[in-house]
Amino acid sequence: MAKINGKIENIKDINLLDYLEKNNYKISRIAVEYNGNIIKKSDFHKITLKDEDKVEIVCFVGGG
Amino acid sequence: MEKIYEEIKINKIKINEKNILSRNVKGAFNKLKSAKVCILGLGGLGSNAAVLLARAGIGYLKLVDFDIVEASNLNRQQYRIADINMKKTEALKNIIEEINPFVKVEILDIKVDEKNLHLAVKDTDIIIEAFDNAETKAMLIGELLSTNKEENIREKKDEFAKNLVNKSQSNNTYTNLMNKKKIVISASGMAGLGSSNEIQTKKINKNFYLIGDFYSDYEEFTGIMSTRVMLCAAHQANLVLRIILGEEKENE
Repeated sequence: MAKINGKIENIKDINLLDYLEKNNYKISRIAVEYNGNIIKKSDFHKITLKDEDKVEIVCFVGGG
Repeated sequence: MEKIYEEIKINKIKINEKNILSRNVKGAFNKLKSAKVCILGLGGLGSNAAVLLARAGIGYLKLVDFDIVEASNLNRQQYRIADINMKKTEALKNIIEEINPFVKVEILDIKVDEKNLHLAVKDTDIIIEAFDNAETKAMLIGELLSTNKEENIREKKDEFAKNLVNKSQSNNTYTNLMNKKKIVISASGMAGLGSSNEIQTKKINKNFYLIGDFYSDYEEFTGIMSTRVMLCAAHQANLVLRIILGEEKENE
């Protein structure tokens, strides 16, 4: 069980990049905090989500 | 270090910094004067936030943008007719000088990317992310706030050193010096004409704050007005002041 954006999800050994793509996140428009650390886009594929992990996904929109 | 109020003469009129700042909250001068803020992007967010910080008496602003002023900017950005075709960096520097000439302004005419980002924000403590592009916003957070393994090890060493210092109670400014990572105040979602009350300041972690309604994309909502952009810029500038003046507590 990992906690993603505050919701508990039943996740087992899935790669972070795969998880994000499967859930239709626009990879180039998000910032990801994994267990308290911000992760670079180029490192998403290096992380395997496991039990007790905490993930926050911030989605940016355009305008400024 | 104690800062001294300055005085200059413009068109034979004496302008005293103390008078400009006389209605500010008490005890703000020294801290604001010592602060170094970088503003990335000088559009609706950046130009408005810069003027707000200049009025507050911020010591140093680094203004970064590659663009020139166009007529279509005038519905929400600080520029004037006379600024059209000028570089945004130069136009905004002039505007700030006319409001508070005691702010030290440095300008940098570049399009920020992964490669030049670290150089652009060098020597500043707080960064206002004021880009208009969602991809650039996301890139900035990843590049600037991600922790690599070496940094993790260094942070642990710092933590150890900090504990030693705390134990010997030698000085209370040490925590700030040890927190080497910069604070980024980002904004996302200000298009359309949703309620003002949708605009929020959200703390993601101790180095990352996000402001906006978090949903109104510029392309989906076609149109972006001065009012909602200014609300976001005011949130950003107010948060800068709160952080500098110690109103934002680290563990809240």
